[in-house]
Amino acid sequence: MIPTAAVEATSDSAPTGFAWRRDGLQWNSVEVEWRKVINWGGLCALGLVFIALSGMLVGLDGRPVLQRYFSLGYLAMVWLPLLLGQAVNNEVVREGIAGRPRGAGDLLAGATVGGLGGLGLGALILGIANFDLRDPLVNWSPQLLALLGFNQGNTFGFVVWILLGAALGMLGASLHLMGPDLRRLVGIVVGTVLFVAIFETIIVDLAKGFRLVFVTDFLYGLRGGLLAEGVVALAVVAGAAAVLGQGRIKEAKASLAALEGTERKWANAILLVVAAALLVIVPQFTGKITNELLANVGIFLLLALGLNIVVGLAGILDLGYVAFFAVGGYATAVLTSPRSNFLPAVCDTFLWFECEPASLPWALALVVVVIVAALTGLFIGAPVIRMRGDYLAIVTLGFGEIIRLLFLSDWLTGFFGGAQGVTNIPPADFGLFEVAGIDPRSVFYLVLFFCGVAIYISWRLERSRIGRAWMAIREDESVAEAMGINTVNMKLMAFVVGAILASFGGAIFAAKVGSIFPSSFLILVSIIILVVVIVGGIGNIPGVILGAVVLIGVLGGPKQPGLLQEFSQYKLLIYGALLIWMMLKRPEGLLPNARRTRELHQDEFLQDAWLKGEVDLDDDDPTGGRPAAEGTVPMETTPGDSASGEVAPA
Amino acid sequence: MAEHETPVDPSDATNPGPANRGEDPVALLEFRGVNTHYGAVHILKDVDLAIYPGELVCLLGGNASGKSTTLKTLLGMVTPTTGDVVLDGEVVNDKSTSYRVERGVTMVPENRRLFKRLSVKENLELGAYLRNDKAGINEDLDRIYTMFPRVKERLSQKAGTLSGGEQQMVAMGRALMSRPRVLLMDEPSMGLAPALVQTNFELIQQIHSEGVAIFMVEQNANMALSIADRGWVLQTGKVVLDDTADALLANEQLRSAYLGH
Ligand SMILES: Nc1ncnc2c1ncn2[C@@H]1O[C@H](COP(=O)(O)OP(=O)(O)OP(=O)(O)O)[C@@H](O)[C@H]1O
Ligand SMILES: [Mg+2]
Repeated sequence: MIPTAAVEATSDSAPTGFAWRRDGLQWNSVEVEWRKVINWGGLCALGLVFIALSGMLVGLDGRPVLQRYFSLGYLAMVWLPLLLGQAVNNEVVREGIAGRPRGAGDLLAGATVGGLGGLGLGALILGIANFDLRDPLVNWSPQLLALLGFNQGNTFGFVVWILLGAALGMLGASLHLMGPDLRRLVGIVVGTVLFVAIFETIIVDLAKGFRLVFVTDFLYGLRGGLLAEGVVALAVVAGAAAVLGQGRIKEAKASLAALEGTERKWANAILLVVAAALLVIVPQFTGKITNELLANVGIFLLLALGLNIVVGLAGILDLGYVAFFAVGGYATAVLTSPRSNFLPAVCDTFLWFECEPASLPWALALVVVVIVAALTGLFIGAPVIRMRGDYLAIVTLGFGEIIRLLFLSDWLTGFFGGAQGVTNIPPADFGLFEVAGIDPRSVFYLVLFFCGVAIYISWRLERSRIGRAWMAIREDESVAEAMGINTVNMKLMAFVVGAILASFGGAIFAAKVGSIFPSSFLILVSIIILVVVIVGGIGNIPGVILGAVVLIGVLGGPKQPGLLQEFSQYKLLIYGALLIWMMLKRPEGLLPNARRTRELHQDEFLQDAWLKGEVDLDDDDPTGGRPAAEGTVPMETTPGDSASGEVAPA
Repeated sequence: MAEHETPVDPSDATNPGPANRGEDPVALLEFRGVNTHYGAVHILKDVDLAIYPGELVCLLGGNASGKSTTLKTLLGMVTPTTGDVVLDGEVVNDKSTSYRVERGVTMVPENRRLFKRLSVKENLELGAYLRNDKAGINEDLDRIYTMFPRVKERLSQKAGTLSGGEQQMVAMGRALMSRPRVLLMDEPSMGLAPALVQTNFELIQQIHSEGVAIFMVEQNANMALSIADRGWVLQTGKVVLDDTADALLANEQLRSAYLGH
């Protein structure tokens, strides 16, 4: 079921032919909800001032998007009035209730929102010109003032921002006046140009691998932003592709969905094989930057898959998951590095003979690492799983820090090297090939293998008896116990499986980086992995994969740069904003688990079912039948006829 | 459990009851001088009780007298501080809940407590969590569908969105999925409309008539005693009355305390 009752008004049923214009435009109707529009305008102003003062405008101005004309710094500003101008006109479609007529009113609302945003920046210009607040606000600077004035002076800036804001807001609003086909075309063209402009580094890297340098030379010239002719060419190509390809993807999907039985299975198998083959083949052509990125995404995906089992399946909110990553990394380091003092120190302290560093080969060390990780999982899990909810989360948070502080401590410096960490970790040698940090491609293949293993394990577990037990525990622990589920063992098991997957990640990380320090395992890592799981779609494997690609690949990991390297300073800010936005707008994640969607949008489903008459209101079904939004108190009463006839008379 | 196969008319004279006790002296489930504590607080005080195969017995008592605690202790979710819980003649104090569920002890918890966000089907399947015989599970599912056709119509619906009466059916179905020999029911009529309470008791009698022993905790003393063979009355953790249902119904003390007349 799809919650049609509350879908935002962005897609309308297309009339036949190429729908350029929205049907039923009414230019004379200027209905505007001024209250709402003013609020949104205020929001726009606050947002713009915040972005300017966060330093993005100044910091990213050096990175052109469109050579000579437009920098990433300005791009970081202009999207907001555009987006809010569009969003302010969104309307919830309710079946049976006619929507507001579209037309001049939308443009007016959008322009007002954007214009108010521009006014906010105008006020900022006046402020910076007249007061000195550099002390609390580091970015309250003459450079910012100059950029806000487009280097043409304050008055110019003041006027231009208001006009520009209004224009952008109106542009955003105009999306509502377009027919679905035009809107799609505009979206594809603008999206392509922005994508190619922003992701210049990686595109150049890819082009080198595939011997397409002449294309990037044409697009970017001597690098540093798109050339004007590049933009035009891109727009033409993307537009043509959009028009020609219209409906093709849908058709392909539909024909795939139409397949049945064994044919369907074959099609799925073929798709899977093709995807796997691509993942294996493509890195052969891609450059170092791309492969490094893929390897980082893979390591964090591995961690996220592990955490997804703990949080998503078993419902244990573990905030100290980084502990197992650290244990995996350190165990690998001390077992493989010839410079590690661990084994000599152990012999010296506890035994009567002396010994050398272990210097095990990576694969052999991994066996020990898994055992150590499993034991750590048991050790930390045993006290923790007796707690519930908030207490559990806080205690795991503590354990996450304790493990890191132990590795850092003076007390254990002899074993783990304290702040100096463990260095000289050799590459993982597999005889035929070697996996080393200097060769990110090999790291990626190793990660790919372990991600495959992790996905397979998660997938099998989810559908097993164990998966069902986890589900029951997540829902109601004491009833699960009453059903005969050994809740303690099952929760411990989730903890241990999660720990093992994280230790794989740690082992690969150690071999990749070559040296390991406590500072690699800050609590921030836990948080970021959790955000990956939540944003992707908790409890859903494809969602977790998408989350890792989008967050780690594009924004970057806690210390690893992503595609948007320029934004790395603002990474946490963006993570936070994204998380808040997700919680408000799409709490089930990007690719939701079907069940969780049901949970979170229950009210909408019920309304929907009710509107469609799927739920019979004459039926004795007060909790399920009436829309919860009406404030019906669910009563546990049912007319007496409900079970009669099914029960033998007494 | 072959007894399941042929539903017996409850009015039938072969209805299992206290008469069976003579032939089968080993209690199915028993408390021998059980004391339990929550922290320092003493809840159950030297409680003795016994449930024999095929019986329908009830435990009465006011709020906070320890009725739910009794059930939880029988099922192993609360461990007695002293005294023994005995299952089929074996002391099971240190045996887990799953051990007891495997041997036929099942609880329908207070307020039904379905897995609200799981589907009806998933709820039923979780009832059979400890069983591995696929064929038998499917057979039992079919039996539950015949018993409650309404449940069958709503298999994919989220259990939390069912009406109160339907939830009660699913809760009973879930419990039956473990093929219990004794069903521990914690206030099965709580929160049900008066008319449904009657149906619910009929349902309990039907399950009982198929050979399942029932140990029922109830506030609705009149109703419970009218279908039970025997009963106990618990007062602040002590058994103050232990008699046949008829005798309890006639008991002046009980009438004034619980029956309100
Ligand atoms: N987990 C617990 N921790 C501490 N005290 C508890 C716990 N569970 C129950 N109690 C206390 O034990 C006493 C008996 O509780 P119990 O649930 O057995 O009562 P009851 O007879 O089922 O009451 P009701 O009819 O209201 O359900 C109550 O005073 C209750 O507060
Ligand atoms: Mg109770």
